[in-house]
Amino acid sequence: MQDLALELLYKGSNFARLLDGLWVTLRISLLSVVLSIVFGILFGLFMRQKHWICQAISRVYLDFIRIMPQLVLLFLVYFGFTRMFGWNLSAEVSSVLVFTFWGTAEMGDLVRGALSSIPPQQYDSASALGLSRMQAYLHVIIPQTLRRLLPPAINLMTRMIKTTSLVVLIGIVEVLKVGQQIIDANRFEFPSAALWIYGLIFFLYFFTCWPISLVATHLENKWR
Amino acid sequence: MDWTFILKYTPLYIQAAALTLEIAFWGILFSLLLGIACSLIKYERVPILQGIVSFYIELSRNTPLLIQLFFLYFGLPKLGIRISAENCAIIGLAFLGGSYMAESFRSGLESIDKIQLESASSLGMNRVQTLQYVLFPQAMAISMPSLCANIIFLIKETSVVSAIALADLMYVTKDLIGLYYQTGEALLLLVTSYLILLLPISVLASVLERRLRYAGFGT
Repeated sequence: MQDLALELLYKGSNFARLLDGLWVTLRISLLSVVLSIVFGILFGLFMRQKHWICQAISRVYLDFIRIMPQLVLLFLVYFGFTRMFGWNLSAEVSSVLVFTFWGTAEMGDLVRGALSSIPPQQYDSASALGLSRMQAYLHVIIPQTLRRLLPPAINLMTRMIKTTSLVVLIGIVEVLKVGQQIIDANRFEFPSAALWIYGLIFFLYFFTCWPISLVATHLENKWR
Repeated sequence: MDWTFILKYTPLYIQAAALTLEIAFWGILFSLLLGIACSLIKYERVPILQGIVSFYIELSRNTPLLIQLFFLYFGLPKLGIRISAENCAIIGLAFLGGSYMAESFRSGLESIDKIQLESASSLGMNRVQTLQYVLFPQAMAISMPSLCANIIFLIKETSVVSAIALADLMYVTKDLIGLYYQTGEALLLLVTSYLILLLPISVLASVLERRLRYAGFGT
């Protein structure tokens, strides 16, 4: 081993820059997560509508999202929209748009699944107890739905954080790009930098997503 | 739409789709093998190995494929380990997919009732026979829908390998956009290719799921 890249991290503000880069991906994913939760709940309710038009729209939307890789969606929005509609979206706006679009579909399906897993007797019993429709939702249906929804929704969140690493490919300067810059700038002084920097980024992602997925597992076990 | 452009570059896309499929095939095969092995180790609670498998599953589920590939392709050569881009892609997919397959398959194994194990041992089957004739076929059937979902997920994930310079569908598209600025046509070809690749599998998966639900395995 010629050199230790630890030295590289102390040099200048390299480590801080990497963390800044990580924050860029996190910001994009958190914004998309929040938007997807809002739109996902609406979409989930929409999917429960029995009308065939609603069914058809949600089916096509969900299937398209399920089939297309997220990277393809990113390209479609970032390069395609500019050509098709003349919208000049910045890379960051396009990625938030894409991840919200994707997250809404996934979240909607989770909401629909959670809602339809509540047996209809629960509604009947609530009304037999004299609860109004509003009260029934507030005290009976929503608490149960949340329990079933929360663990998979948190898992979706880690998936979204992981997938936002793709935004480097449409030119956003995030953690991976910063890493490449550091490697390139120190190519002669630290030839083995690539190993350490990519390894470090690997673990940065791991320590971001792992605690979140631990929470999901914990909730799943607790609420079973 | 410039149809001559589309016709001219369709063969290129077919080639790229073939590469995508090839990588996906090996990646899925290895991830299935790895996943089944890991799930059996966790199910049988093999000492030591169990801990390693749990660590691997957490590690691979909580890191993006892109970073895994970059580490394999750009990082490892510094240690003197050189792997071709294609092999990197396959190893990366297997590493990522293995944990997803393991979790799906394990939930299938664990949903099998204890009484079946007892009946098997009362029939005089040993541990291996029980696994082979009782546990494995049922777990396979139960976890089929989620295994199919993983397969679709892995084929989609191959789009990332363009980042380590493999000429897959994504790479070809990026190239064409850069060379000719025929963005619309290149993207249309890209979307169509993925639809052709994945739509049949997705339809097959939902048919399988419905069939298995009616068959009532494990209930």
